[in-house]
Amino acid sequence: MTAPARPTKVRGETILDVNHVVKHFPITQGVLFKRKVGAVKAVDGVSFQLRRGETLGIVGESGCGKSTLARLLMRLERPTAGRATLAGQDLFAASGGELRRIRRNMQMVMQDPYTSLNPRMTVGDIIGEPFEIHPAAAPKGSRHRRVQELLDVVGLNPEHINRYPHQFSGGQRQRIGIARALALRPEVIVCDEPVSALDVSIQAQVINLLEELQDELGLSYIFIAHDLSVVRHIADRVAVMYLGRIVEIGTEDQIYERATHPYTQALLSAAPLPDPDAREHRSIIRLTGDVPSPANPPSGCHFRTRCWKAQEICATQDPQAVPRAADPHPSACHFAELRPQH
Amino acid sequence: MSQHAVQPTPASPTPPGGHLLELRDLHIEFRTGEGVAEVINGVSYHLDPGETLAVLGESGSGKSVTAQAIMGILDSPPAHVTSGQIRYQGRDLLTLPEEQRRQVRGKEIAMIFQDALSALNPVFPVGWQIGETLRQRLGMSRSDARRRSVELMDLVQIPAAANRLGDYPHQFSGGMRQRVMIAMALAMEPKVLIADEPTTALDVTVQAQIMDLLADLQRNLDMAMILITHDLGVVADVADRIAVMYAGRIVEHADVRSLYRAPAHPYTKGLLESIPRLDQRSGKLTTIPGLPPNLMDIPGGCPFHPRCRYVQQVCLDVVPHDLVLGDGRTSACHFAQEVRDDRAR
Repeated sequence: MTAPARPTKVRGETILDVNHVVKHFPITQGVLFKRKVGAVKAVDGVSFQLRRGETLGIVGESGCGKSTLARLLMRLERPTAGRATLAGQDLFAASGGELRRIRRNMQMVMQDPYTSLNPRMTVGDIIGEPFEIHPAAAPKGSRHRRVQELLDVVGLNPEHINRYPHQFSGGQRQRIGIARALALRPEVIVCDEPVSALDVSIQAQVINLLEELQDELGLSYIFIAHDLSVVRHIADRVAVMYLGRIVEIGTEDQIYERATHPYTQALLSAAPLPDPDAREHRSIIRLTGDVPSPANPPSGCHFRTRCWKAQEICATQDPQAVPRAADPHPSACHFAELRPQH
Repeated sequence: MSQHAVQPTPASPTPPGGHLLELRDLHIEFRTGEGVAEVINGVSYHLDPGETLAVLGESGSGKSVTAQAIMGILDSPPAHVTSGQIRYQGRDLLTLPEEQRRQVRGKEIAMIFQDALSALNPVFPVGWQIGETLRQRLGMSRSDARRRSVELMDLVQIPAAANRLGDYPHQFSGGMRQRVMIAMALAMEPKVLIADEPTTALDVTVQAQIMDLLADLQRNLDMAMILITHDLGVVADVADRIAVMYAGRIVEHADVRSLYRAPAHPYTKGLLESIPRLDQRSGKLTTIPGLPPNLMDIPGGCPFHPRCRYVQQVCLDVVPHDLVLGDGRTSACHFAQEVRDDRAR
């Protein structure tokens, strides 16, 4: 088990720049006259940069807003506030033809390979459909041949172009989803839990494929997952989200070895390790209670209701995600510190 | 390679009174319109009081079907138990008349499921659902059942239990719903608890809470537990012994430490190598090539041979029996010792 670690690749300039993005879903009351009585603060001021050729992992528990963030970036939802640029173009202001051109550059791989492929379309039609929507990006020559190339790239048999999704296994379907995302030669791919629906032995195949494609095509990934081990493996940098905010962001090493935010530390310590010998000498931080409702998050630090370090200041002052004394990566905690060696 | 022998119950010797629960050479097939799927192909395992056995496998390996057979909740058709025994305290559950089997189900052996939201009835309050078992099975009065329900909800650490009796399942969070289901399973104080992927649908921090709770309850109530899961991390945290299933067979059976230290079946070895690690940055992941077999057309010889890196001619021709290794371990591989001793990747 001592293969050399994947070398950290040389990063280019920023390709995706996200600034204070907010998405509030209104809660309405009344049948005929809808009144707004509140808002679910799904994404509550998120900022990050993604560089060319890099993988940014986004981790967090359900309800933390990671999938809403993905949908915002894909312009499947309209943000309440904030700015984002993709390769210098304003993502949220664009519309019509301009939006279509921008979208060509950013594609998505969904979580569930069983519902994200149309069962009535052949694999060839599914992978070729982006060319219908974006004729300008369609291959000059034979589309059929291009689709077969794509099947080959993701490790499927090009002769299966006329098959239907149900004739493939879960892992193969996820490959079809990846081929569809690659069709328009995007620079950024947003992967929303791309392997969580797959069996363990198949997960590794799909993760390796994503890594190979990145090396060959120079792709940048936003990799959203709840599995911390998978994210550590694939990501260069990692953002940890809690109740709509990024609480800590840093390199893979900073987050997994030198986390300073209590939530990150708790998350890492609670993840089960496939090592029975670790049972005794692991000190696990037990969080009590559940994640509060994003419709009514706690004042100040959102995490304070479950935090063992919480003081008065945590209820009154919103901690900003800024570099802290304990370690130079941004951490949104007033009492950010490294975990004592255990 | 001289110790080929069929061992119906591998690890640990049979205690004087027999095992609490013992499966002997169970075979189950699903008869469908498209053909017959051989879902369970000779599964044997046993469980003693107070211990935790993890049954690990991927989808389609038969781990849940085995559990459903123990509970007697298999959908038949399409499922048919074609041979084998499920012995609980010396009695074969499969030959018991339904009336006696009901006395075992829930009372002696209880089960919790992966998805609490669909396992609970959405139109009744949870207090009523927990109490239903007590009223029906123990003939408790409504007020007694109510009091006992609160106790059970306290036992599974639901805060302010008395105030939540009237709440409906959708008013609980995922972790709390799982606790409600555990409370229901404990209502009859079973000796065996079967937990089928109890934390798969939960978040990491909540998963840790539920696994802690199960471990506490098991210790305090001296229950035996069968933990069905696909998660190698969860197994390492809680199990005593582990049975790894592939294509309806148990391919490896060992105590947890030996298995993680030196897996003796190529499938187990492949699984352990293919998971990324939280505690270290790994290189390129080793994969198990190919796909699990179609259960209507399981490959001849060793069912794992098309995906195996140790494959030899004998694997294509001969079904490997459980090879007994030391320490009560077995592995259904012709080359179990070589695999175990092969520390290279």
